[in-house]
Amino acid sequence: MALKNKEIFLNPLGKNNPVTVQMLGVCSALAVTSKLEPSIVMAISVIAVLALANVVISLLRNTIPGRIRIIVQLVVVAALVTIVNEVLKAFAYDVSKQLSVFIGLIITNCIVMGRLEAFALGNKPWPAFLDGVGNGLGYGIILIIVGFFRELLGSGTLFGIKVIPEAFYEMGYENNGLMILPPMALIVVACIIWVQRAKDKDLQEKN
Amino acid sequence: MQEYLSTFISSIFVENMIFAYFLGMCSYLAVSKNVKTAMGLGVAVAFVLTVTLPINYLLENYVLKAGALSWLGEQFDSVNLSFLSFIIFIAVIASMVQLIEMVMEKFMPALYSSLGIFLPLIAVNCAIMGGSLFMQQKAFANVGMATVYGLGSGIGWLLAIIGIAAIREKLQYSDIPKPLKGLGMAFILTALMGFGFMSFSGIKI
Repeated sequence: MALKNKEIFLNPLGKNNPVTVQMLGVCSALAVTSKLEPSIVMAISVIAVLALANVVISLLRNTIPGRIRIIVQLVVVAALVTIVNEVLKAFAYDVSKQLSVFIGLIITNCIVMGRLEAFALGNKPWPAFLDGVGNGLGYGIILIIVGFFRELLGSGTLFGIKVIPEAFYEMGYENNGLMILPPMALIVVACIIWVQRAKDKDLQEKN
Repeated sequence: MQEYLSTFISSIFVENMIFAYFLGMCSYLAVSKNVKTAMGLGVAVAFVLTVTLPINYLLENYVLKAGALSWLGEQFDSVNLSFLSFIIFIAVIASMVQLIEMVMEKFMPALYSSLGIFLPLIAVNCAIMGGSLFMQQKAFANVGMATVYGLGSGIGWLLAIIGIAAIREKLQYSDIPKPLKGLGMAFILTALMGFGFMSFSGIKI
């Protein structure tokens, strides 16, 4: 773990992306991406929770007994997520209704647990903070790409504003309703993985 | 009786945890390389779901919900502890997983060692937390319904992971574009299975 701070921050954006490479946090990610706005709110919430949880656990790392660390981590994360949930309810009620149970599911988002276990328990608070923000951004990028394509192709809008001109529809263009359905999120992520692994041969799996 | 049956069937097929909501995807993708371990994890998840859902239901309705504490006396009518629900739910789930781990280690050491790290990771499996949160959202009429819902979603999850594991076992011998091998193909397969399961959504019992 002798990575420089810059690498700690940048690695999760590409080569070590939490969703496409580490295979973490796929769960709650996909269902919220049918529109761009909830994807961004979700990404910001995860970045906040991840960075803060990393810092807290990193500060406590020498005082937590090994046997009960999972429960301690879960309680810290659950407390942070509760705060995020209350803030969202107060300031962005519509979006928080759209996200419904998925905010609560940040608690069980494997990215958070994975980073706490793999990084925060063994590192100082500042690198832990950078690691949290980096991984959160890596997750957020995937979310935003998926949300962008699904909203653009699925309903012809971005942030609820029409972007595909009327003339296209007159020429016979139709919104692809399939993109709104949940399984298409998986296909879009699979395409991202395909592009990424075609560029970076190291990431390809043997079988 | 009929509503129990319809909750059961719809939680297995129509509202399948994986194909309709993408919950528990991480362990689903990581453990689905062969059918045997997939089966072990699936059974464990189904069991934890069936046990935690009724417990969380009782906590939700007699401790956490707005006015749920009124059985203590009239002065508690206005208490609303619902902001605590995330922490309470996850604590119940974590302690149940710990309990199951201890029981398994004692009575089924072979299965215990074959599951390894994935057993404690059930605590952070979103399908289980998701089950509790959906239960809270749906406001079931009684404990029985909550139990049936837990059992049904557990069986749905088990079916999904066995299905994908069986497909991935066969897939080892097929010729897939190199960048898509492994994870990418698993994603696409899940999506296709998801489309298949969507055809159940017309069923009304």
